This record gives sequence, C-alpha cells and structure tokens, in this order.
Amino acid sequence: MSEHIVQPRIYIAIFLALMVGTALTLLAAFYDFPGPLNAVVALTIAVIKATLVVLYFMHVRYSGRLVWLVIVAALLWLVIMFAITFSDYWTRAWQPPF
Amino acid sequence: MPEGLATTHEHAAHPALQHHFANMEQQREAGTLGMWVFLVTEIMFFGGMFLAYTLYRYQYPGAFVSASNHLDIKLGAINTAVLIVSSFTMAMAVYSTQVGRQRATILCLILTMILGAGFLGIKAVEYKQKYNDRLIPGKLIPNRPFGPEVAKPGETDPHKLHLVEGATVQNVELFYWIYFAMTGMHALHMIIGLGIMLVLLIMAWRGRFSPEYHAPVEISGLYWHFVDIVWIFLFPLLYLLGRHLEGHGG
Repeated sequence: MSEHIVQPRIYIAIFLALMVGTALTLLAAFYDFPGPLNAVVALTIAVIKATLVVLYFMHVRYSGRLVWLVIVAALLWLVIMFAITFSDYWTRAWQPPF
Repeated sequence: MPEGLATTHEHAAHPALQHHFANMEQQREAGTLGMWVFLVTEIMFFGGMFLAYTLYRYQYPGAFVSASNHLDIKLGAINTAVLIVSSFTMAMAVYSTQVGRQRATILCLILTMILGAGFLGIKAVEYKQKYNDRLIPGKLIPNRPFGPEVAKPGETDPHKLHLVEGATVQNVELFYWIYFAMTGMHALHMIIGLGIMLVLLIMAWRGRFSPEYHAPVEISGLYWHFVDIVWIFLFPLLYLLGRHLEGHGG
C-alpha cells in the first residue's frame, strides 16, 4: 500500500468546514434550544469537527485497518469509562423498589 | 544485518531506513501506528479530565454556568480559529514534504509555530484576567487565594462573579480547578508541540526530508492535530455551554 497524498484543495475544504463549524457553535451558544438540546447541539458540532480533523488532516480515511482498530479501541474504552462512572452517579438517588 | 536480508532490498536502502524494517513504506506505517497508540493514551488522559468536568457539571449546573459565563468568549473563539488555522498550516507542511518542496515546508512550519505561540499568548492574557479577578483556585498563587468578589443583584461589573440561583462560590472554584487543569495541560501540550516544531524546522532546514522520508513531519502533524481536537471540545464545554442560560438565572 503506497502513501496517499492528500491534495491541498481537500485541506482547504476541510479548513473552511472547520471555520464554519466554529461559527455555528458560537451562534448556537447564543440561541436557546429547548431542554438539554443546547449541550447536544454543541457536542454534535464538536464531534463533526473532530471527525473531519481525524479523517482528513490526520489521514485516517486513507490509513490501514490497524490504525482504524487502534482508534476504535480508544473510543470503546472512553465509552466504558464514562458509562460505568455514570451508572454509579446516575443511580445514587434511586430508591430500592421494596 | 545478516547478508541474506540485505539482498531482499530491491534498491539501495535509503539512509534513513532502520535495519529492522523491510522498506521505507513499512517503516513509515509502523511509525504512524506507534504514534496512534501514543495518542490513545493521550485520549484516555484527557478523557479522565473530561469525565471529571461532565460529572461536576451534572452535579453543580448553576455554579458551572456562573463560572463559564465569566470566561472571555471572544478570546476563546479567536483562539479556536488560531488553532484551526495552525492545523491547516501543519497539514500543508506535511503535504509540502510529501511532494519534496523544502522551502514551502519551512514556511508552513514557521507559520504553524507563530500561530501556536499566538495561541499561548492569548491564553496568557486570559490567565492574567483570571488572576486579576482572583479566580486562580486554591492557594496556587502565594498571598492571593481564590476569592472573587461576588456581584450583588443588579450589578453589572464584569470583573465580579455573577452567581445564578443555587450556585456557590465553592463550586465555582471547582469549575476553575477543572478549567486550569484542562487548559493548563492543553497549553503544556502546545509548548511541547512548539519544541517538536523547532526540531522539525531545523531538520527541514538541513534538507533531511524527502518524498521518501518525511515520517517525523507526518507523526508530529498527528500530535499537533490531536491537540487541536482537544481544544475543539474544550472551547464549547468551558466557554459556551452556560452562555444561553444567562437570561434564566441572575
């Protein structure tokens, strides 16, 4: 597998998308969405921006499966860390059913 | 190296090829994979702090809104843009080495360093503001413990702490512990990144890189982009998430 050279026009497109994402997240911060949606909107934009950086600036879209495996493993462990910790805090106030 | 192995190389080996790799291609891919494994440890490291942030934000929403609203959104937004531009110039530095343009590589690396230093400069201005408003947590600063002036209802002085209902100064301090730990560790990564850029710059200056050998630029780029990604999450979480609740509280 030879090295894939990402062309500058793709970098420019990603760069512009990241700038638009930053502007959107800034605008969204001053607009009040109902309920918990504010956090959801802000985090969704952040996740999209991060994904663009990883796929194009960090060339993961053109990388081998081993790199993908390593990244997926990292995200998996991150989810485990959050999920198990929150399964504790979330349920502390719960009353026993009987 | 055993002689049998040496003859398996089709061409004369590149001077940068280490003896335990079959060819430059394999060497480059191994380096990239190794860098990603390192970045996984970084993800878990910052992940722990993001977890702490999430937990305490969930427990003390009012205090986090109050504290977040005291941060300078303008400087935070400018710094986000500065970092994104620096990620772009870093990506262009990688491209320049891949196509063998030495002068463009040097230019891109210098631009990346200027932007990185600019980010740290703006960060320092922000830290100074927090120092002035006595928001540096605990007793980190001798003779200047955490002790912001709390604004009375109706007061608009931006240097005073405006607490929303249910927020306490102690929990605002907790936010600032997390703020300084996260942005401080991020800034430390930026400083290390600048050191790496300097080494790359010297190597590029001496003509060490070529389309066959540019792994150091590539994997340093991965590091730089990772630090950018951390900020992409820090900016909305620290600066923005409480902003729209201003009207609801005090």
